[in-house]
Amino acid sequence: MPGLEDLYREIILDHYRSPRNRGELPPPAHKAEGHNPLCGDEITVFVQLDGDVVSDVKVSGQGCSISQSSASMMSQAIKGKSLDEVRALVHRFKVMMSIEEDADDAAAPTVKLGDLEALQGVVKFPVRIKCATLAWNTLVEALEN
Amino acid sequence: MNNSVDWSAVKADFPVLQRRIDGERLVYLDSANTSQKPNAVIDAMADFMRHGYGPINRSAYRLAGEATDAFEGARAKVRTFINAPHAHEVVFTKNATESSNLIAASWGRANLNRGDVVVLTHMEHHANIVPWHMLAAERGIELRWIPLTDDGELDLSNLGSILDGAKALSFTAMSNVLGTITPVTALCRAAHDAGAVAIVDACQFVPHNVTDVQAWDADFVTFSSHKMVGPSGIGVMWGREALLDAMPPFLGGGNMIADVKLDGFTCAELPAKFEAGTPPIVEAVGLGAAVDYLTNIGMANVRRHEMHLTSYALDTLTERYGDDITIHGPRNPEVRGAVLSFAFRGIHPHDISQVLDEKNVCVRAGHHCAKPLMRLLGANATARASFYIYNDESDADALADALDGASDIFGF
Repeated sequence: MPGLEDLYREIILDHYRSPRNRGELPPPAHKAEGHNPLCGDEITVFVQLDGDVVSDVKVSGQGCSISQSSASMMSQAIKGKSLDEVRALVHRFKVMMSIEEDADDAAAPTVKLGDLEALQGVVKFPVRIKCATLAWNTLVEALEN
Repeated sequence: MNNSVDWSAVKADFPVLQRRIDGERLVYLDSANTSQKPNAVIDAMADFMRHGYGPINRSAYRLAGEATDAFEGARAKVRTFINAPHAHEVVFTKNATESSNLIAASWGRANLNRGDVVVLTHMEHHANIVPWHMLAAERGIELRWIPLTDDGELDLSNLGSILDGAKALSFTAMSNVLGTITPVTALCRAAHDAGAVAIVDACQFVPHNVTDVQAWDADFVTFSSHKMVGPSGIGVMWGREALLDAMPPFLGGGNMIADVKLDGFTCAELPAKFEAGTPPIVEAVGLGAAVDYLTNIGMANVRRHEMHLTSYALDTLTERYGDDITIHGPRNPEVRGAVLSFAFRGIHPHDISQVLDEKNVCVRAGHHCAKPLMRLLGANATARASFYIYNDESDADALADALDGASDIFGF
């Protein structure tokens, strides 16, 4: 059985205790609400686009250490990125979570997960994958709105 | 009834509790969610499938007759267990949720129209909310709510005005989040005084207490097998004969008809009228065995055991953690079942549950299918430990010990 140290890495707990980019953005920022019906976690993602670039991002809501730290790290990772880079990052993250096959899409920009790799241990706790992906699914929805 | 139960022998009846994970025993504290199964239930179902399984109500051969007797025998056991007047008032459904839906869809559609009032309480779980929301969307009925006191009991101070003009009062006998046991008999009387039918959601109550639907003077009572050491896949909807007779059928199909013609059908008598298609036959046999098992222990003994465990767990957690733990619901064990929803040192319940799982302590984390209540508590989620006949003081101790691990990791 995997140990809790695989799940609760220090960087995750740091983002949980001190979440980055907390707050809200006024319209016309894109906005979407996400729910995890399993545990009641609720999250709202606000994305401000400047042309094709994510110029600002804020996250509000409540949840467990995994959903909150994932949201915090995501907000850091996508700020300043182009939409193509954001989509590629979402894909890379979901591949790491074992919920998407590696598309090996040569046209997609190369992106690095950076700190987000700390969430790799979540895969060993399948029940928690939904926690880790909540913010990401909500981000995708916000960009579609 | 036996007054001195050997609770360690009860625990030994549940094979899954003998399981070791990483060499450690399983501490199952999620029985409000679903209960574990004793050998008596497992064996009854396996024996029936090995030696006695057949169709019910539709074939003349010996095996079919025996299967029908086993199925109807389970119904008779349930009737006795809840002291219903007649076995044919006991309708087998898929679960308590389907029972609630049956009542809302069948009784509700036949009796409720635009502007009619159904009263619920703030401590209902979704199974006793959403079917009424669905009817409200379809029929334009009005929902009113009985609020809660600060201590997590029903606030009945304005009950008269809330019930004024209501057609139904549908309420839980015991909250799955707070553990609160509600004054069922008084609520049924208040409903009747207002001219409303009384619908009791008893799926947390029946597994843990002596149930007497006639003493309650209820009109409908719903519960599930899987929370009372029986199998999943079967539930019960009990209703007064006169009400059931006047209701239209719920699902249509085989078994629920007296006759079918090209231009229509006529319904079968109770209870078949509400049991379309092949019912959960094996599960009914398992439920019958569960009723026998619980009856042999004695439901008054079950209640005493759980009151003791609840007090012990409340005291242990409070002594150990003081203000760091907030336990929701009434402190008086007389009006609470063995359900402890708690907040601990600001740590998210999902994380608490994960850390407890390291010690094989199984608790539910989440909204417990009662989101309106969770919003009132100001929490998106709680951790919930719930106790049953196979739990003992060592399980409460294991919970208290395992919580230390959460503090270690999260450092609060």
